[in-house]
Amino acid sequence: MSSSKRLVYGPAPESDSAVRAWLRTGRGQLGHFINGRFSQRGRGWFTTREPATGKQLARLPLAGPAEVRQAVAAARKAQPRWARSGGYARAKAMYALARMLQKHARLFAVLESLDNGKPVRETRDIDVPLAARHFYHHAGWAQLQDERFATHRPVGVVGQIIPWNFPLLMLAWKIAPALALGNAVVLKPAEQAPLTALLFAELAAKAGLPAGVLNIITGDGTTGAALVDAEGLDKLAFTGSTAVGKEIRRRTAGRGLSLSLELGGKSPFIVFGDADLDAAVEGVVDGVWFNQGEVCCAGSRLLVQEGAAARMLAKLRRRLDSMRVGDPLDKNTDVGAIISGPQLKRITKLVDGGVAEGGQLFQAALPRGLPSGGCFYPPTLVLDAPPASEIATEEIFGPVLVAHTFRTSAEAIALANNTRYGLAASVYAESGALALEVARRLQAGVVWVNSTNLFDAAVGFGGYRESGFGREGGIEGAYEYLKPIARPAPPPKTSRRKCMLKTAGTADDIDQTSKHYIGGKQRRPDGGYAYAVADASGKHLGYAARGNRKDVRDAVQAARDALDKGRWNESDPHLRAQLLYHLAEKLAKRRDEFAQRLRQIDSGTAAAARGEVEQVCERLFSYAAWCDKHEGVVHRPPLRGLALALPEPLGVVGAACPEEQPLLSFISLLAPLLAAGNAAVMLPSARSGLLAADFYEVVETSDLPAGVVNIITGPRSDTLSHLAGHLDVDGMWCFGGGRDDVRLVEELAAGNVKSTHVGAARDWSAADEQGEAWLRRATQVKNIWLPHGD
Amino acid sequence: MEEGGLRCLAQRSSIYFMLKTSESPRPQAGARRNPGLDFDAGLVAGVRIDHAATLRRAATAVARRSVKQDAQKEWLLQAIRCMDLTTLAGDDTAGRLVRLCGKARQPLRPELQLRLAVPPPLRVAAVCVYPRLLSRALELLEGSEVPVTPVSTGFPAGQIGMGAKLREIRTACAAGARELEVVITREHALSGSWRKLYDEVKRFRAAAGPAHIKVILAVGDLLSLRAIARASMAAMMGGADFIKTSTGKETSNATLPAALTMLRMIRDYHDLTGCRVGFKPAGGISTAKQVLSYMVLVKEELGDEWLQPRLLRFGASSLLGDVERQLEHHATGAYSAGRRHALA
Repeated sequence: MSSSKRLVYGPAPESDSAVRAWLRTGRGQLGHFINGRFSQRGRGWFTTREPATGKQLARLPLAGPAEVRQAVAAARKAQPRWARSGGYARAKAMYALARMLQKHARLFAVLESLDNGKPVRETRDIDVPLAARHFYHHAGWAQLQDERFATHRPVGVVGQIIPWNFPLLMLAWKIAPALALGNAVVLKPAEQAPLTALLFAELAAKAGLPAGVLNIITGDGTTGAALVDAEGLDKLAFTGSTAVGKEIRRRTAGRGLSLSLELGGKSPFIVFGDADLDAAVEGVVDGVWFNQGEVCCAGSRLLVQEGAAARMLAKLRRRLDSMRVGDPLDKNTDVGAIISGPQLKRITKLVDGGVAEGGQLFQAALPRGLPSGGCFYPPTLVLDAPPASEIATEEIFGPVLVAHTFRTSAEAIALANNTRYGLAASVYAESGALALEVARRLQAGVVWVNSTNLFDAAVGFGGYRESGFGREGGIEGAYEYLKPIARPAPPPKTSRRKCMLKTAGTADDIDQTSKHYIGGKQRRPDGGYAYAVADASGKHLGYAARGNRKDVRDAVQAARDALDKGRWNESDPHLRAQLLYHLAEKLAKRRDEFAQRLRQIDSGTAAAARGEVEQVCERLFSYAAWCDKHEGVVHRPPLRGLALALPEPLGVVGAACPEEQPLLSFISLLAPLLAAGNAAVMLPSARSGLLAADFYEVVETSDLPAGVVNIITGPRSDTLSHLAGHLDVDGMWCFGGGRDDVRLVEELAAGNVKSTHVGAARDWSAADEQGEAWLRRATQVKNIWLPHGD
Repeated sequence: MEEGGLRCLAQRSSIYFMLKTSESPRPQAGARRNPGLDFDAGLVAGVRIDHAATLRRAATAVARRSVKQDAQKEWLLQAIRCMDLTTLAGDDTAGRLVRLCGKARQPLRPELQLRLAVPPPLRVAAVCVYPRLLSRALELLEGSEVPVTPVSTGFPAGQIGMGAKLREIRTACAAGARELEVVITREHALSGSWRKLYDEVKRFRAAAGPAHIKVILAVGDLLSLRAIARASMAAMMGGADFIKTSTGKETSNATLPAALTMLRMIRDYHDLTGCRVGFKPAGGISTAKQVLSYMVLVKEELGDEWLQPRLLRFGASSLLGDVERQLEHHATGAYSAGRRHALA
């Protein structure tokens, strides 16, 4: 060879012989794994193919409702014993699963690569080690369950549906916390890539996992729907598209199921002019060209500061040319095969559409000699796509980066947050102060500073907004598979005896007008109607403002302004504590007046009414105390760096209050929302309309910023659906009102994937009706990754 | 480049257009020697290195590529062609030098070279020695086309006066050195005196005349990747033909992150000037696997152009032995033993 001859990499194929042998052995046997056994019954068959060649890998049974029922029954039967077996026993089982993955690491890596089409280098270096890490971490939670979660118990039987992009890793994310904490599982892997789940089931059984604890059913979307609809589940956990997530939210509405959704994204990738641009380019490679871009948290929207755009894009274009597309089993492949023909068509269509709308296209060349039956798409960069175009706003799930520029950090934040999604974000900047400022203000569940697509079992992962709710990993992920041992106590009985108190509206008094409270002002109802409020015995007390959908609209806008313009969500905890203490102070000053009002509504004794007011003040004190104590965690994941887990407010939260203990229940919902930094739109129960009007006078004197508390009075039926369906409301709480209200709220919450917190009537004076569990519901955890070094 | 981007932005708000402008033809220099630049403080200060991201890329760039079988043979043969066979020790003697220069002329056993179907001549890139042995080495290598590269300027620590450094360079050149190694004054880098570092390299270059200079940054003394990057930029501006990681005498030697940092500076410098500056990792590179990692990094970051002795050298004393063993494995299919290959 002369010294000028080009040095090439040559083929470096990973052998698939062990995997082929496993598939041959499993033929005629692979299928659902129910109660510790493989079964091939079902409504028919489907095939899973090698995306790189289009060749069939395996033929699997398609589970129908009968198989789903059988799997749920097996889980139901196994769960109590599994929960009773204790933390140490489950820790040993999780440890065995972690070791099992490590012992068979290459078998899993090659099978995953064959079935999914992703490069074996990634399955070997990323998917399999992370999956094992997840079991190690959760062996720990199992071991510590009695100490750390003494007030909680397992949820029960969990249905889990996972996507095809990280089949084994998503399986680990789903089943490790569920099993570790004493739940039993029915898991449905995606029909495009179900094989590592079956290998896992086989080897888990050999590792000693008891029968029935982990059940796997194979099938397509109809199987998934059957699982969603199945009786006997306590929880559903889903990872997949936002559209399907919304459908699941609707189908499970009102069924009393716990739900966690990890959905799509269009994650921003922000590069400031002072950033290490070479680092940012590699970030793009790891962000959106990783895993063929089939990553829910892919940094698919590049936002680069104008002054650095030309340099950054020139570097990116050059980097495109050294990306290698090809055989997933070749260790030199960067980008493997797209999962399926339909997905390839979708990517092609979105990119072609973006180009037709004026986008400039840059693509790596596909090498010659790719298998004709395979699905390949080259790493792609699209410039100047119109901001409203599909390619710039929709999740593509392909190796496609869309680039835009920004001028200032404020504009970067605005553009980054200008999306329905909120899964992840990356920020590249030399200045740590700038990067943290931006990271704090991004609406995303995960923010990577000068890095991208970092994952660890100890660091929670999950989205804001339409990217879902619930977390996977970390303590916040553990709580997703637990529920409090204590059930709500029944509400105290109130008698309907005649109220002996003098009521308002007698001739001696000056007439009182009760209004809504919106944006820090008393507001007459938009509709111009009032409704009659009666006392406990049914005697007319007075008229309160009757809210309608426009009042709801205005209240939500006022709440949004308190966040976006007033920055209430960024207010420091000390300030919020002061305001809550002050609110209690102002309320205490008028305790007699409120006690009298409570007696009118509830007709209890004077002592009981005074007691409720006193407890309200104490509850405000309690949440004032929590303000600067419900704090985050600093994780130390296995890299040189930290991850900050910060509880952040949900944003605008609606709260429909129950009838019982009207002042205490109202404050029990409002106070945690405020303590966490949310802006609230409160719907007091209809019978406490006048009480609510008394209360806003206290708010007016309390220094709470305008728009942080908004109160719409009136019958719930006039307002609840408009609030729960409002697309600018981030969370919806609803207590009392029965199953119809719960179903309504959960159904409408699907519109923008609001998180919901619902419950029946209860005794709000109970100790469980306040505290950190409520603050967890009022917040969502953002994890900010901060690698460091010099 | 950046100015061009901004100018066109004023005309038309299109990042595509900005990119087009950034592609405007840059000076095409071919094999032109780096003449250096006037000192530009902004160029040094503008360097940005994110430590964690650099470490990650250095680790993954190597893990992403695998060089096996026939490809590996070609790469290892090229590694030999890029090797600066080195002896830099207090106990160097004329006898030791005879062996080393013999190995430089004939790195592989003739029978093995034949089995690998490598046409002669196969030679290493250079022999690197202390100045005392320069003349003897030149005699031993006469007619082989293998240059002798003496170290100079108070190697390894550089703690002698500038006058003495320049005399060392001139003496070496007068004795017939066509390329030589110089060390930077670490204090300039550690104190951020980039102008002084630049001036120093510029004077070395002037003193060397037509002889090429490999500027040793001693990354093990600088430690910070940012300082390594800035020192690289200042040295290239001063007219370095090569930038080299280490003398082999610092407590730590060449590392992949330090190499990646230097390669990226070479790339930026090439973008800026059209000049290709060479890269030489040295110290602690003793296995074939290591040398392949550096070659992968060079290919990925700089491209094929840099994978040749004109732009890539490995400073090594024991590396050749391991490369020979791997090549014999390739030729015979059996794992080889060190004793089967002649010692340098």
